[in-house]
Amino acid sequence: MLRVQNIYKEYENKPLLNGISFQVQQGELVCLLGSSGSGKSTMLRIIAGLEEPEAGKVFWNEEDLSEVPTHKRGFGLMFQDYALFPHRSVSENIAFGLRMADVPQGKIKTLVHAALEDIRMTDFADRAVTDLSGGEQQRVALARALAPNPRLLMLDEPLGALDHNLRTELIKELRAQLHQSQKPVIYVTHDQEEAFALADRLILLHEGLLVQDGSPEELFRNPATAWVASFLGLGNLVAGKAVSEHQFDTEIGGFNLKSTAPLETGQDGFLLLRPGDVLIGPESINSSNHFTAQVRDCVFLGDYFRVEVQAEESKLLIQSPFPLTPGDQVELAWPAEKLLCLPA
Amino acid sequence: MKRSASLTWLLWLFPIAFLLFFFYQPLLAIFRLVFSERFNQGWQFFSWPQVLRPLGFTVWQAFLSTLLTLLIGLPAAFLFARFDFPGRKWLRALSLLPFILPTVVVATAFNTLIGPRGWLNLILMSVFDLSSPPLSLLNSLPAILLAHVFYNTSIVIRMVGNSITRLNPHFDQAARVLGASPWQSFKEVSLPLLMPSILGSVLLVFLFDFTSFGVVLMLGGPQYATLEVEIYTQALSRFNLPMAGLLSIIQLATTLLITLAQNRVKSPRFGKAALSSERSSLKPALTRSQKAFVILMSLLLLLLFVSPILSLVSHSLVTFEAARGERGEVQTGFTLDYYTELFQNRSGSIFYSNPLAAIRNSLIYSLLTMLIATALGLVSAYALAKPGRLSRWLEPIFMLPLGASAVILGLGFLITFNRDPWTSGSFPIMIPIAHSLIALPFVIRSILPAIRGIPRSLREAARVMGAKPREVFLEADLPILLRAIIVSLVFSFTISLGEFGASSFLANARTPTIPVTIFRYISQPGALNYGQALAMSTLLMLTSAAGSLLIEKIRLPGEELF
Repeated sequence: MLRVQNIYKEYENKPLLNGISFQVQQGELVCLLGSSGSGKSTMLRIIAGLEEPEAGKVFWNEEDLSEVPTHKRGFGLMFQDYALFPHRSVSENIAFGLRMADVPQGKIKTLVHAALEDIRMTDFADRAVTDLSGGEQQRVALARALAPNPRLLMLDEPLGALDHNLRTELIKELRAQLHQSQKPVIYVTHDQEEAFALADRLILLHEGLLVQDGSPEELFRNPATAWVASFLGLGNLVAGKAVSEHQFDTEIGGFNLKSTAPLETGQDGFLLLRPGDVLIGPESINSSNHFTAQVRDCVFLGDYFRVEVQAEESKLLIQSPFPLTPGDQVELAWPAEKLLCLPA
Repeated sequence: MKRSASLTWLLWLFPIAFLLFFFYQPLLAIFRLVFSERFNQGWQFFSWPQVLRPLGFTVWQAFLSTLLTLLIGLPAAFLFARFDFPGRKWLRALSLLPFILPTVVVATAFNTLIGPRGWLNLILMSVFDLSSPPLSLLNSLPAILLAHVFYNTSIVIRMVGNSITRLNPHFDQAARVLGASPWQSFKEVSLPLLMPSILGSVLLVFLFDFTSFGVVLMLGGPQYATLEVEIYTQALSRFNLPMAGLLSIIQLATTLLITLAQNRVKSPRFGKAALSSERSSLKPALTRSQKAFVILMSLLLLLLFVSPILSLVSHSLVTFEAARGERGEVQTGFTLDYYTELFQNRSGSIFYSNPLAAIRNSLIYSLLTMLIATALGLVSAYALAKPGRLSRWLEPIFMLPLGASAVILGLGFLITFNRDPWTSGSFPIMIPIAHSLIALPFVIRSILPAIRGIPRSLREAARVMGAKPREVFLEADLPILLRAIIVSLVFSFTISLGEFGASSFLANARTPTIPVTIFRYISQPGALNYGQALAMSTLLMLTSAAGSLLIEKIRLPGEELF
């Protein structure tokens, strides 16, 4: 379906997208995830034909789209600010794409009505879009983007402008709508929770490069770099050096790994210590990856206590089933099979 | 509580009394004159063609001027809003220059370009060896149109350009993604969203063209009289005050209609939603047609804005000794004579309007105007800034002088204050008062936003810390208002210095102002008179330019003056 090949784009003389390639298949919901300024919105705009890359190409079913202008690509794009036409009513906004496609007047009417029913807003047909709430605008914008039946739907931070409670509610609704539409979808967000809740596949952009492309589970289990682990909030990262295939040294001590380190011997990297995998007190003693730390802080979070400890200069967060007293020394360990070391 | 309430009333009282006495009384006097005349003489002073001819011509020339202004202004607005090109900043600054130039300066400048003694004719005479100027563009409709385009293009550039840069680019992009071609997107989305500002600028330009006086009087001549010029002629040459009054009433009614229409288009319901606070970025011209557009358009604007100004300055520095007997032989040379001559009192007669006196008078009037208008504006702005129904009702009263033309004000003053004690003193106090009324709306417009912008917490904090009302004003308000006050001072000074419409009614031979003297000199024969008119115009232009440069420097960014 969609294939993006080696896209290069500069912004203010610095590479914003530095050779990005990926594909999206029929019915697949792909999340483009990255911090702000990572060029993920620009990627959407390049696919839509609103911006031209300095190098690289976009293909649809192996057809090169370089010479195809935006309005002939048949893609849908929903903007973060929705860009609902303020001089037109709700139904006129939804009808816009259909009118441009020269759909007959009578058919437009039925299609718009159906679209309004889908979003449960039939009473809003003749309202001004400027009178709608944020959530209502979001729904109308999605209906407008879907109305002309695009071959690919792109959404640029569709929930970015809404407050947190409304977001969690709308994510569910959006998920149902997007799956129902059966279309390939590219969804841009900087919020990893949103991405995990929606995506079939995640593509992570960082400093102009595609750092990882995989299912949410793959990313969670095997983050490609320390940046991915930190961006997804997977756990503590402690700097160190690979001394052999299964041995990683840090200031806290040396750690044995079950997995093969993706690092050359002698290469610097990070050790990922997930808060939930920690062994505390007596059960840690038998582990080879064992060290002593001082408790700094302990907060009750319901299912567990979130404890901040310090070992040498490293501050670590761990989850403990029982409370620990700040100031006390505590024995900790991570099982070798749960450890990963990652390149920077 | 009680104290502050009485203070509010005092705030209102002073400016309202001033406006009632000096603005609404003369306006009423015009109405009274016309309608009492009607009952006494059964409208003998009146004949239809006398009214319809100037009215028809006024509408016609305003229509043509507006059309031409749009024709150049819209592409120019687009040029500045979308493209980045070398010299863009300079050209933009230049495009704003005409708006601040006094009418007499503009008229004189075009005189030096296309008039019988203008560069165009001089060049043609020397090239084709002619003894008389071949082109008679002066006293013609094209001359008026040209000056109006020169004047008002900057309004379109500013108003429409502002909307183009602030129009959220996502609207156009959303339309394109939804399948609209660039042209469809422009027609269906961008144009409707820009329409309020285009219509707004059309009405404003039309209003300015409709009420234009100095330019039409000096470039159009007697055949091409608009309502304003006809009011002037009827009042000062024919002494038919009722007729002048009637024309004024028609003029006022039309102006009011246009202003009402303006208020309607100003605030469509989607106005705010269409504009984003961030400005879309400028892009260099990429394609060949874009490059051609940028080059041709900036050359056209350069020609439009620079040629009259350059022509005026150069003409004021050059002598033309037309050697008699030798056909077409013209000796030219650089000279400062016209400037030095300004400062010599050659004629002892007090009825001779000598330039030195005019310069001195103008400076005194301007200084007085500056003080009166700013003081009045400051008090009025404070009164208007008080929230409540009263302010809403009274705001139009303060802003109406903006709609009434200077000529009508002059006529009203002539009728109302043409008696003791107003005319008895040797000093014509009425001129600075008229100028203050003209400057007042502008002053209020620059001070009012500043007052509204003072955070309430600042005053409250000062009060909580024990500051008395006077101290609150000095410590909290004044430092913030200082910029706006300085802007108002400079603004009212330059407005007064260049004011022509009201002054042409009120300045007599003993008390000329600079613009009035320029007008008299340029219509007199003789190279020295002409040269002195040009020299004075050049000085006036430089002063106005310096004034607005100062305003631009002091003014807080984001404030619009119209």
